[in-house]
Amino acid sequence: MSDPMRVRAAENGGIVDVKILMKHDMESGQRKDAAGKLVPAWHITTVNVKANGRDVLNGQFGPAVSKDPFLNFKYKGAKGDKIVVSWVDNKGDKRTDEATAS
Amino acid sequence: MNQQRRSILKYSAVFGLMASTGLISLAQAEEWNKAAFEGKSLDDVFKILGAGSPDKSGAITLNAPDIAENGAVVPVGMTTSLKAEQMAILVEKNPSSLAAQFFIPAGTEPFITTRIKMGQTSNIYALVKADGKWSMAVKEVKVTLGGCGG
Repeated sequence: MSDPMRVRAAENGGIVDVKILMKHDMESGQRKDAAGKLVPAWHITTVNVKANGRDVLNGQFGPAVSKDPFLNFKYKGAKGDKIVVSWVDNKGDKRTDEATAS
Repeated sequence: MNQQRRSILKYSAVFGLMASTGLISLAQAEEWNKAAFEGKSLDDVFKILGAGSPDKSGAITLNAPDIAENGAVVPVGMTTSLKAEQMAILVEKNPSSLAAQFFIPAGTEPFITTRIKMGQTSNIYALVKADGKWSMAVKEVKVTLGGCGG
């Protein structure tokens, strides 16, 4: 099981600003280990963010997204919105975390 | 010719047709677009996304540093005054150009900030699809220490 994400959501003037920090190695598939063998790519592929059950963002990542991916976006919403963030990686690992807009 | 190959061909033809008519935009958002992320060059990715050769647009703002000391973590932000349905970040000289792609539903601002890896000094492209048409903004980022190999 993977480590939890950090999700912050702050409402200001009808716009909710969402910041997400995912915990993932995001192995690029270009790096070699000590024995000179390529380390296979292992990275998040899809990210879905829902607010009160409605999609507010869908993202797709390649291995070129940095380790421990950071994401910041804004949507029209209100205080108290329940925000659910989930990601899936190319090995089928999943993680879902929640936050409430403040 | 074997049967499996036939059916794959048929399937991809139908899939391509649906993609071109915009029928699968929802399914597209949930399914990782492997082909696009494996596209080596900018042109490959443009073709797979159906972007053709996008025009440069002043309506897109790409925020990235002039010089990135560490190519493993390059902060990139993009925003636009267009009504964006999709946004994508590409790095020209990375082994695979497409770094990330975002689907923006109605009610979400066309504003994204994230962090990407860059193997070497390269142009970064911010692509926006609005009203069915792709446009882009370009910025060169100098990298002092690459973030792909090692």
